[in-house]
Amino acid sequence: MELGRPLRQAPGVEELRTYLLRRLLQTIPLLLGISALTFLLLQLAPGDFLATMADNPQVSPAALEAMRRRFGLDQPWWTQYLLYLENVFLHLDFGESFSRHLPVFTVLKTGLANTLLLASAAAVVTWALAIPLGVVAAVRQYGWPDRALSFLAFLSLSVPEVLSGLLLLWFAASTGWFPVGSMRGLDHDLFSPAGRLADTLRHLVLPALTVGLIPLAGRMRQMRSSLLDVLRLDYVTTARAKGVPESQVILRHALRNALNPMITLFGFTLGSLVSGSFVAETIFSWPGLGSLTLEALNTQDQYLVMGSVLMASVVLIAGNLVADVLLALADPRIRHG
Amino acid sequence: MTPSVPELEAWSPARDFWRHLRRSPLAVAGGALLVVLYTVALFAPFLAPYAESDIDRDRFFHPPTPLRFVDEHGQWRGPFVYGTRAGADQSYEVDRSQRYPLRLFPRGARYRLLGLVPTDRHLFGVDRPGRIFLLGADDTGRDVWTRLLYGSQVSLTVGLVGIAISFSLGLLLGGVSGYFGGWVDTLIMRSTELLLSIPGLYLIVALRGVFPLELPSQQTYLAIVAILSFIGWASLARVIRGMVLSLRQAEYVLAAQAMGASSLRVIVRHILPNTLSFTIVAATVAVPGYILGEVFLSFLGVGVQPPAASWGNMLIAARSERVLTSFPWMLLAPGVAILLTVMAFNFFGDGLRDALDPRKAPVAGGRL
Repeated sequence: MELGRPLRQAPGVEELRTYLLRRLLQTIPLLLGISALTFLLLQLAPGDFLATMADNPQVSPAALEAMRRRFGLDQPWWTQYLLYLENVFLHLDFGESFSRHLPVFTVLKTGLANTLLLASAAAVVTWALAIPLGVVAAVRQYGWPDRALSFLAFLSLSVPEVLSGLLLLWFAASTGWFPVGSMRGLDHDLFSPAGRLADTLRHLVLPALTVGLIPLAGRMRQMRSSLLDVLRLDYVTTARAKGVPESQVILRHALRNALNPMITLFGFTLGSLVSGSFVAETIFSWPGLGSLTLEALNTQDQYLVMGSVLMASVVLIAGNLVADVLLALADPRIRHG
Repeated sequence: MTPSVPELEAWSPARDFWRHLRRSPLAVAGGALLVVLYTVALFAPFLAPYAESDIDRDRFFHPPTPLRFVDEHGQWRGPFVYGTRAGADQSYEVDRSQRYPLRLFPRGARYRLLGLVPTDRHLFGVDRPGRIFLLGADDTGRDVWTRLLYGSQVSLTVGLVGIAISFSLGLLLGGVSGYFGGWVDTLIMRSTELLLSIPGLYLIVALRGVFPLELPSQQTYLAIVAILSFIGWASLARVIRGMVLSLRQAEYVLAAQAMGASSLRVIVRHILPNTLSFTIVAATVAVPGYILGEVFLSFLGVGVQPPAASWGNMLIAARSERVLTSFPWMLLAPGVAILLTVMAFNFFGDGLRDALDPRKAPVAGGRL
């Protein structure tokens, strides 16, 4: 990005703000739509929610009464929807999780934090592997490393996440090198802060690998073609003609520009990683949004299910927004569009 | 369109297509594998030595029984398996005094061939009390090979039925959206945006919540197809809409309109056929998504329920650490089956894409 600066105008703050505002406004109807859909699905779910909860000895009548009042559960459906909207968007009140005796939002916050931790670690795995491998493939175009990597990438597109996750679990269980589940060891609380960090990281390795490997093949191929495009440009030829060593040409001249399109892909990847972490969370019992959702489905904790769907969508939309903003920063045509 | 090729036989799109497809060995292998897989699924009860849920509680987690030809004295005996005895600690000892020769077309569980012809003949089997477990047995002593075959009926058809529904929806809605424009277009496109901005797996869970958790397996199957199709149409509709927008002004469309064809007829008979090559490729590549969707739902514990078999619930049965380390065939059998199927679809789809691409280079006598 730095290289392009002198040639065109620095991104105007004013322009960017307008663009950002426009994109933010576009997400409002989307969020309304998603909340309408989750509300509809809540209504369609089988059985009378209140009756089921009233039969449950674990649920106190007081909590039930509070819920009835807050969400107008004895009111007509349109009042209920408006109350649902008001509660969700103005008070961040997603209702009560009856299986956990906690507000849904409190439960979701921890889950979301854990999922984001997993997704970020997975992003590190993806990019730390995709960029060097893509560079190697581009530099040795049609050489054996390129062919081998292309073949592996093609093959890996056919490996479903459930399978790769289970294979990694098998690996962990038979070697004993990595913990097979959960986020913390049993004696986690006894460790020093550094020990706790190491413990969590050790638990993070396999789930992050499972999630990070999904988009790897695609990103690697994109890095390869992006670098190949740049290597064809005149300024690279100029650098070579000046006698700059080839490693310098690639790392200092070509790579910087080749990374530009990859930056915008980053946002999209983050969104898909949140969705992708669902399976890994379940396999490795990582206490994230996915495991929460699954548990909620099985305990018929409707408000928790819908809350997490809404939350996951927000992350996805935010990821796309970040991607668009990065793209606008990199490409002035979009800001003006 | 490509010009005529310097060959004796006349050029035709179909011939050109086959020539292109045959040039890619991976595509041919993928296509052949698909034919084999679907044929196997069709004849599953015949190819399986046992019934779908033939439980043998004395032989739970029995390892695969290798097919032998030569006995311990080095004498040729034809295909046979040894009997086994349960040993300590869930292991089984081979009992070399008992040999069970492999029989062709023995009588066994009753079933209907192709759902029509009642029979009790199976391709192969061994006499009782012997047992042949080509791929081992599961936690209740059911034959994994048998369940893999029965499971393929669920897993392989989920994709086809799902594609049929979601692609009909996607084609029609995308076509209508692009053809009419206006508020219809806005409505349909906003709905697709809505569906695409909810992470797929979460949407599956939310939709699954609408159905009762416990359903008979046939209804579960329908619920799975309905859920996956409901999600699947959106991205296709968007692409089709784009293609229709550019085709709407084509001369043959204007001609059809001038001749008084109804809108639906113009869309279905004139415009959509022109998106066909794209649609076929997209459908082929989309099938694995449905197969994995079924796996995912089984994974959540809300897919097809045992005793009915599906590749999803077989894979999930291998989830625990103990099963993975001690009885790895539980993971490998369905895992390899899923992997091969997905690969076959991907390779075949990739070959189709190249062969159906109108901008492809013409195939002359040899390589270009």
